[in-house]
Amino acid sequence: MSYNVNEKGYYGDFGGAFIPEMLYPNIEALRQNYLNVMAEPEFQKEFNQLLKDYVGRPSPLYFAKRLSKKFNTKIYLKREDLNHTGAHKVNNTIGQILMAKRLGKTRIIAETGAGQHGVATATVCALMGLECIVYMGEIDIARQAPNVARMKMLGATVIPATSGSKTLKDATNEAIRDWINNPKNTHYIIGSAIGPHPYPDMVTRFQSVISEEIQWQLKEKEGREHPDYVVACIGGGSNAAGTYYHFLDHDDVGIIAVEAAGKGIQSGKSAATSALGKEGIIHGCKTLLMQTKDGQITEPYSISAGLDYPGVGPLHAHLYKTGRAEFYSATDDEAMQAGLELTKLEGIIPAIETAHALAVFTHKTFKPDDIVVISLSGRGDKDLQNYIDYFNL
Amino acid sequence: MNRIHQKLQEDKKLLSIYFTAGYPNLNDTITIIQNLEKSGVDLIEIGLPFSDPLADGPTIQGSSTQALKNGMTTEVLFNQLQDIRKSVSIPLIIMGYFNPILQYGVVAFCEKCQEVGIDGLIIPDLPIDVFEEQYKTSFEKHGLINVFLITPQTSEQRIRYIDSMSNGFIYMVSSASTTGAKSGFGEEQTNYFKRIADMNLNNPQIVGFGISNQETFTQATQYTKGAIIGSAFVKFIKNNPLGDIKNFIRSIIG
Ligand SMILES: Cc1ncc(COP(=O)(O)O)c(C=O)c1O
Repeated sequence: MSYNVNEKGYYGDFGGAFIPEMLYPNIEALRQNYLNVMAEPEFQKEFNQLLKDYVGRPSPLYFAKRLSKKFNTKIYLKREDLNHTGAHKVNNTIGQILMAKRLGKTRIIAETGAGQHGVATATVCALMGLECIVYMGEIDIARQAPNVARMKMLGATVIPATSGSKTLKDATNEAIRDWINNPKNTHYIIGSAIGPHPYPDMVTRFQSVISEEIQWQLKEKEGREHPDYVVACIGGGSNAAGTYYHFLDHDDVGIIAVEAAGKGIQSGKSAATSALGKEGIIHGCKTLLMQTKDGQITEPYSISAGLDYPGVGPLHAHLYKTGRAEFYSATDDEAMQAGLELTKLEGIIPAIETAHALAVFTHKTFKPDDIVVISLSGRGDKDLQNYIDYFNL
Repeated sequence: MNRIHQKLQEDKKLLSIYFTAGYPNLNDTITIIQNLEKSGVDLIEIGLPFSDPLADGPTIQGSSTQALKNGMTTEVLFNQLQDIRKSVSIPLIIMGYFNPILQYGVVAFCEKCQEVGIDGLIIPDLPIDVFEEQYKTSFEKHGLINVFLITPQTSEQRIRYIDSMSNGFIYMVSSASTTGAKSGFGEEQTNYFKRIADMNLNNPQIVGFGISNQETFTQATQYTKGAIIGSAFVKFIKNNPLGDIKNFIRSIIG
């Protein structure tokens, strides 16, 4: 069993490129070029240099002593929150902006939920001097105000998505429509491991620096490259894909995904795609998604803007269907408590997205000598208002 | 013979009209189709509404959202169309995004289309290779013509491939845009229409996107077999009684 994408762009039954003809030339150009470009020594050099000097990689692998004690297991945190711009998202935007430049594109568009991907995109556009347009759901603009301000300061134009649930799904629709209307000079930097092939694979490869580092960092600390478990939250699945990547074909590493249950899986206000979803097409790829029995995509809900998405990337649909990964979901309340707990025990305020991954301990008990690596995908600065409101701070 | 083939043989420029099923009201479908036929329209595209219509601009997004709110579903549409062939003989095409069709079951969908008298399908996000490998035989078995899109950015080689896979007409998207975005054609479009006409394809081309009145209809059909009006018609039925459809059509083709 392989967990990598095949030459047709599928992970098992999932993936592909279900796109209208208007998008075909750009997607096809990307498909034909992305692996070659990524393999160029010059590209590698520039990418790695920027990750090091600009993003601040490698991100630390931190042994969380007090958290470990509390849950009676060995917990390491992969500190993507310490990256420049505050989340894992920048690994991908650095890669894609270099790709866009090599494809001769001068105008960058992106969608964003929590605003982390929007900020990471606006940042690399400022760095490269390229025009940047970010689509963001109207509701997310309200709940992630600091990131909206950051994008504007970075010179990006933030356009509200006012259709549907006014969140990430709708922002993605608007970005795709923009690309249809601007096929020549524009590159679309998708922010998660979603969309038509080759996006899920390209984003995964750019994010795979996370698991690459975990291997040698864990070797230094524990004398072994493989943890017993890797854990990540899943919105579309980019931090998860990067955290799992080098362990996918190693059965000694357990893979754990935590989705957002919102108010509860059966509450009608949830974003737990693996539990509630069925196979179908969303944003150009075949995957699991939340939908009515007539195939209309339903509105998800999560307190966390970055997990408020009705699908998962095709890799994760495949990991779910084959049983390679264990899937859990954390409610708003469980995630908020887990976020507060990390803050109190370790002095790290996580993004609310990330707090879902930390809530894994309310769902699964690990053995005392298990080594559990958690992707600390982002920091909580952008969520302060939500924490304040929730806990009446 | 399939009604689309018959229609394509007529020596005239064809006018095709798109509307979203279930809009403005759930049960307008039949009245709209009958009025369009009476008014002299040549082909009808019945839009099966989708929650996330990626290739559509605000007008058709809006009609789709409203149609879904009104209660339109694949099942409801087929029920409405059950007796349609008792009252009209105009070629009917269903245009819809792939996911609702996939959930209905592609084979079941094709069977049902044949049963109610649908002649063809336009599924903008069904890739041509997936169609060829998985669904072509079902379409053929049920007498359905599948219509593919080309755009100004489509390469000549790919246009030839699409032509070889088509058995009715090619839907020629007038410019790089979502539906309803641009109005009026310039030299760029005319050159593109002519370039495609000069390729002497096996399948005639019908132009869509950006056609809203007599002037754009005439421009679009100078080098092609026909043109499709969508957003402009959807806007018209939003603001006018269905009985006035003939006025709209008259304003296009006289
Ligand atoms: C900190 C953080 N973690 C996780 C996510 C979820 O995205 P993904 O599943 O692609 O990692 C986001 C998205 O905005 C985020 O900002």
